[in-house]
Amino acid sequence: MRFWSRPLRWAALASVLCAATLAVAAYPRAQAQEDAPIAATPEVVARGRYLTALGDCQACHTREGGAPFAGGRPLATPFGVILSANITSDASGIGGWTPAQFYRAMHEGVDAQGRHLYPAFPYNYYTQMPRADVDAIFVYLKTLPAVKTSFDRNQLAFPFNIRALMAVWNPLFLRKGPYQADPAKSAEWNRGAYLVTGPGHCGACHTPQNPLGAPKRGKDLRGGAFESWFAPDLTSNARTGLGGWTRAELLEFLSTGRNGHAQAFGEMGEVIANSTSQMTPQDLNAVATYLSDLPASPTPKARAPDPAVLRQGEAIWQDACSACHGMSGEGEPRYFPPLRRNANLQQDDPTTLIHLVLGGVRTTQTEAVPTGLGMPSFAWKLDDAQTAAVLTYVRNSWGNQARSVRPQEVAKLRRRLALTPGEPARAPPADLRHPNPGTFAPAGSDSRDNGTVNAGRTAP
Amino acid sequence: MTVKLPPVDALVIGFGWTGAIMAQELTDAGLEVLALERGAWRDTPGDFATTFDQDELRYSSRHALFEPLAHATLTVRNDASQTALPMRRLGSFLPGSGVGGAGVHWNGQTWRFLPSDFVARSHNLERYGKAAVPETMTIQDWGVTYADLEPHYDTFEYLCGISGKAGNLQSAIQAGGNPYEGPRRREFPNPPMAMPYAPTLFAEAAARLGHRPFPTPSANMSQAYTNPLGVQLGACTYCGFCERFGCGNYSKSSPQTTLLPVLLRRANFKLRTEAEVIKINLDAAGERAVSVTFVDAAGQEFEQPAELIVLSAYMLHNVRLMLLSGIGKPYDPQTGEGVIGRNYAYQATSGVGVFFDDKILNPFIGAGALGMSVDEWNGDNFDHAGLGFIGGGVIGLTQSGRRPIESHPTPDGTPRWGGAWKKAVAENYLTSTSIGAQGAVMSHRGNYLDLDPTYRDVYGRPLMRMTFDFTDNERRMSDYLVDRTAEIARAMNPREIRMGYRKGSWDVSTYQSTHNTGGAIMGANPKTSAVNRYLQSWDVHNLFVMGASAFPQNPGYNPTGTVAALAYWSAAAIRSQYLKAPGPLVHA
Repeated sequence: MRFWSRPLRWAALASVLCAATLAVAAYPRAQAQEDAPIAATPEVVARGRYLTALGDCQACHTREGGAPFAGGRPLATPFGVILSANITSDASGIGGWTPAQFYRAMHEGVDAQGRHLYPAFPYNYYTQMPRADVDAIFVYLKTLPAVKTSFDRNQLAFPFNIRALMAVWNPLFLRKGPYQADPAKSAEWNRGAYLVTGPGHCGACHTPQNPLGAPKRGKDLRGGAFESWFAPDLTSNARTGLGGWTRAELLEFLSTGRNGHAQAFGEMGEVIANSTSQMTPQDLNAVATYLSDLPASPTPKARAPDPAVLRQGEAIWQDACSACHGMSGEGEPRYFPPLRRNANLQQDDPTTLIHLVLGGVRTTQTEAVPTGLGMPSFAWKLDDAQTAAVLTYVRNSWGNQARSVRPQEVAKLRRRLALTPGEPARAPPADLRHPNPGTFAPAGSDSRDNGTVNAGRTAP
Repeated sequence: MTVKLPPVDALVIGFGWTGAIMAQELTDAGLEVLALERGAWRDTPGDFATTFDQDELRYSSRHALFEPLAHATLTVRNDASQTALPMRRLGSFLPGSGVGGAGVHWNGQTWRFLPSDFVARSHNLERYGKAAVPETMTIQDWGVTYADLEPHYDTFEYLCGISGKAGNLQSAIQAGGNPYEGPRRREFPNPPMAMPYAPTLFAEAAARLGHRPFPTPSANMSQAYTNPLGVQLGACTYCGFCERFGCGNYSKSSPQTTLLPVLLRRANFKLRTEAEVIKINLDAAGERAVSVTFVDAAGQEFEQPAELIVLSAYMLHNVRLMLLSGIGKPYDPQTGEGVIGRNYAYQATSGVGVFFDDKILNPFIGAGALGMSVDEWNGDNFDHAGLGFIGGGVIGLTQSGRRPIESHPTPDGTPRWGGAWKKAVAENYLTSTSIGAQGAVMSHRGNYLDLDPTYRDVYGRPLMRMTFDFTDNERRMSDYLVDRTAEIARAMNPREIRMGYRKGSWDVSTYQSTHNTGGAIMGANPKTSAVNRYLQSWDVHNLFVMGASAFPQNPGYNPTGTVAALAYWSAAAIRSQYLKAPGPLVHA
């Protein structure tokens, strides 16, 4: 879903800019009447709806509180913000598009006007989808209510706002599909490979990326950074990957957002809610078959942590964490995640863990698992060194092993999340906000002032 | 200028336990439901986080979760000869405010009333004769029976995951449970909590005396629990911060931890916070509620039309809103006529301090409903002949956590301050405990609620006036309970005990109990009750009034279990009868 997780290196940028000057600036405008309309039979619509769920299109193409698929969700990249497109059938969406134009967008990353799209829209994965699948999605999207929007999608700063840059990126990094089955593997494996590398676009988050936002070759699904998170290793590595999970546990996680090891939140929570929880058992099994066949990533080397830091971390653990997660990290499976032998804790990149401790988190709510259990924000209570110490402790206790977390890493993410030490924030951090209740009150006001001369006053 | 909003099928006023239950039930029935809550949105990880919820100064001393009195309070007096004055600081009771209401800061004792409690008048008349119920004691039968409510008690207990031990399973008495309780259809959803030392000593002493102690039914989770809606609660950590606090560990049942995750996902439900209803508007004939007027945080006034209105604020506000809206005839203590404000009652609390030399009780371990109880002297579980009172109360040792600011146990004879006081507190903190008796309060002709003639709130509306005092019935009953409590206390073999008899008139300044009841009571006769047996207003048929305001008198238990069971009972009647044919469900 996200790309460009690391700051661009200027050298790489310079080379792209040079190449861009030599490149053809844009594709020719696509022909408008090149194919007959596709029959919108109920079967095709249903298939399109399912494929749209597989692609998790809704997550990025819906802004908070906005109409589904009407776009406008800000996608943060180190290069700036891109707003997702309206993909409803209004003229401001894809109302004027033909199936061929839609296929070209999905297959090549070029819109109906012939402009390059950025791979924040993961066409480098969707390209694996055959024409029939893409057509079905198009038919389904056309059945959605048309929503008119007007927003400037491209809010990137110069020079990244030059879409023609992608004319260089694509030849370098885009491997066009559609997916070609591997005859040496089973049909189930091939289906799984298609789902994971195509519509599921798992690698968009879970594969490490190069400085230009393209997946690193040969490192598929070994874990990748995006926004202020780190999407964990999905290979069969027993410590950092899915090697410690049974197939049944993986299926439980994908269909409900939780299992005895982990609970989904944030972006993966959206993937569960919109996409994997909608998958058929056959497709879930296919995904499991493919993922369990991924060769294990190399286990990162970790130096033993400083014993003084571990002692500090243990004290903080007992004070702040053990009430829910247990004195020995045993947790309460499916309520409060056990931390022993927990793959998420052992990723070499601790960004997600730092984020959880600083910002808190709410687990994803689904029909099957509606609670949305939350972990509070510790940003105001633990300083950078304390946060690093407790994380280093849990990353090296109860069978876990991973490198120490550095206070500087905490400081960096703290700045990014704008979470300061001191007093608890008046309004909870973004990760803990509840989407449902409505109010007329100004943000941050204190309801106890209502009806008084101070009504609506923002708390200091 | 008032902004008129589009109508909804059902409107819920106040979003605590009963508001959430009714919204859940009515959205289940397919209605489009809007809840208006005067306070703010509150939820576990943001507002009651474990990182700050054990803050006694903020929550207990400074009342962060309670009703702000600068916004609205009430005036109080003991009898009609006095001039009522505004309560300017919370003391005797602590009403909640905000989403979840008092369901956020309650302790979690979740009782079923005794079968005889629901027929208090007829039962006592039958057993003890006319003399037992003086003319000024205005107790009534409820119009609903234990058997009517049993399925609804069960629903609430399973929603909440109540920890306990049944004493009466389908009329078979069970060892280890409360043998006096009405028959239950099944065991509690969770086993009893792990019992600390002090309640264990209490139970052993009570058993030696021939009583039958049992674990207090608790909404603090003895283990992780997933309720029938799929909502998850975590195991209690016995941290000792329940009453007056939200729970950061998802371990105390509240609307937030049992219902809201499911309810708030529903497309036919909407919650609007910081929206205070100031009036229910009636049609020209005064027979039907057409809308409510509410004010938002910025002072803007709105009119919200609705087909069905559920009044589910705290009981004091239910009564006041009915009085302010001209619904039902106000009660007049001179003539005994009128119904709104009638039969206000409370709770007569007392206790005994128990001081040991040699037993370390670790009283900081605690939970709101962590304890053992005996029910030998509750309701009509014992013979009242010759005692000069009716009713009784539950006696129990609840270890709710001795928090440092408010817990200073000292034996009799200790100075109130200074070095000797400090020494006594330090010596006795770990080795003392206390046993509480929660006495019933019968309703009385002179105890009532009406509108104050002088004082007004921020919106210019009259404040409510509370006229209340304990009567001889409560004083005798309370003294009797203290004596029985002391017998058990002595049987614990302590160094000494400290008797906590009630003295004098009711005093608003000292905390006693947030179990205010009555004022819009239920019953079979519209001349003596505000709502019928389904909590439907006798006068305005599309208005249903929830809460302890419906209790005709207050039994010797915590009210929440019955408040919730009544809400489910009312919801069942609305769903099965009212929605099919809107109109009075009972014809008087």
